[in-house]
Amino acid sequence: MEKILTTLLIFSLFTGFLAFLLTLAKKTIGNYGIMKVTINEETEIEMEGGDTLLSGLTEEKIFIPSACGGKGSCGYCKVTVESGGGEILPTEFGYVTPEERELGVRLSCQLKVKEPIAISIPEELFNVKEFHPTVTAITDLTPNIKHLIFTFPQGEEISFKAGQYVQLRAPKYPGNHEEVFRAYSIASSPTEHNKLELIIGLVPDGICSTYVHKHLSVGDEVAMTGPYGDFYYQESTREILMVAAGTGMAPILSILHQLKAMNSERRAIFYFGARHEEDLFFLERMKEFESDLISFEFIPSLSKPHRETDWKGQLGRVTTCLQRDLMDPCEREAYLCGSPRMIDSIVEVLIEKGIPEEFIYYDKFS
Amino acid sequence: MIVNPFVVFFAAIFTNNMIFSNFLGMCSFIAVSSDIKTSIGLGQAVTFVLAITAPINYLLYHYVLVPFGLEYLRYIVFIVSIAAFVQLVEMIVERSFPALYQSLGIFLPLITVNCAILGVSLFMTIRNYNLITSTLYGLGSGLGWMLAIVALAGIKKRMKMSAVPEGLQGPGITLIITGIMALAFIGFSGIVQIS
Repeated sequence: MEKILTTLLIFSLFTGFLAFLLTLAKKTIGNYGIMKVTINEETEIEMEGGDTLLSGLTEEKIFIPSACGGKGSCGYCKVTVESGGGEILPTEFGYVTPEERELGVRLSCQLKVKEPIAISIPEELFNVKEFHPTVTAITDLTPNIKHLIFTFPQGEEISFKAGQYVQLRAPKYPGNHEEVFRAYSIASSPTEHNKLELIIGLVPDGICSTYVHKHLSVGDEVAMTGPYGDFYYQESTREILMVAAGTGMAPILSILHQLKAMNSERRAIFYFGARHEEDLFFLERMKEFESDLISFEFIPSLSKPHRETDWKGQLGRVTTCLQRDLMDPCEREAYLCGSPRMIDSIVEVLIEKGIPEEFIYYDKFS
Repeated sequence: MIVNPFVVFFAAIFTNNMIFSNFLGMCSFIAVSSDIKTSIGLGQAVTFVLAITAPINYLLYHYVLVPFGLEYLRYIVFIVSIAAFVQLVEMIVERSFPALYQSLGIFLPLITVNCAILGVSLFMTIRNYNLITSTLYGLGSGLGWMLAIVALAGIKKRMKMSAVPEGLQGPGITLIITGIMALAFIGFSGIVQIS
């Protein structure tokens, strides 16, 4: 009995002492005071020294894109450090290219603020807010792609440019132990501020897409931040060429809504690539756009149509269609959305067809 | 029996190497040995922590646990003290030696759970080393561990181009290499020896 008591006493004293020591150390050695962060040379915020830059910015409601939640595994939360911040850390090497390193690009989730620091971030990020909309509809577009409509609560409004994206939060659920954010392009019209549509494909073992496909149902509240992205509709008089595959249709839909809202007379062609018939969706909606817009044309193309069906549309990969169709010299600008591989091959074709590189806008879905 | 501290120091590096004679600290040995630079970083961090925790645990054992007759608590006490002191050391290094923190930074918290660290603390109590011997034993074991992981990283680099049978790729071939390296290290055993 006595031995048990001595054990307990000594052990509690010992751990208590260590805890005291560590708390003391955190208060003295780990205390860097309040640090000033200067953003884009004009805004100044204050944050707890020793914390990561990302958490300091999030506290001030400045949302830097981050998919992993600050673990240093997605490489999205890049900021450019003008002064302060110290040397780049080994944990950042994998995500920051040598060219970016020259410019002072750092991962804000790894950078601990221990001295006054000046950073620059894209101006748009100041508009990024956190939203808590409710799911009002989920429909299956294909066996692997769902269409979701979210409605914002009273007082929350989103304004974005056609083509931008939001980050949807996947909470912890059975089989997933971490909270992550994933980027999805907005498919709805930028004129609607209290409603938002997303098109989400199921990725094998994807944390967020599994959450959406298997666990999310109508009436659930979700958390998202946005809008983000420098891929969006540009005003000009050039002919619009849009190319997408699968869920890449989302930002294109938003751009079409924008054109419709403006009663635009710009000539626009949308090539949509798919493998089989069942991978096609929103054909009705595209018909509506074709009748609503004065000069819009939707061209779906199948690379492997089933033999038993009588597919009358285009055949082959989208790049083949582009090779064939873009014969006439014409001022064009292109909006591309799809896998990095697909975009790389399309960009090659477009440059070859005489579209200047600065007029080719794309969003790589990876 | 009184052992010469320097004999213990060299024995810990060569003949009684933590990895090759005790197979302790294997997980990071296998996982972090793909790049020479990183393995040097991890090796430095392990050496650093071993040299600090060995004397601390020595004092804890002989001045706290033994007087109260609580030797059986040493496992848990050693682990807790290692974890706490690694944290403390990390904070101090981060504040005062930014350059060192730069190179060790991410590895320091990792080695809290390296079993070679606990192994050293346990061996030194079992073998009844005194304070100086224990400290040198800690330092030597760390250097030995570093020698082993850097050597493995060097071998792995040369093996990148060789055709390893599919079933052996990764940890499989690494364990075989480790075994052969351990055999090679037996060659040192004539020089010095500790129990």
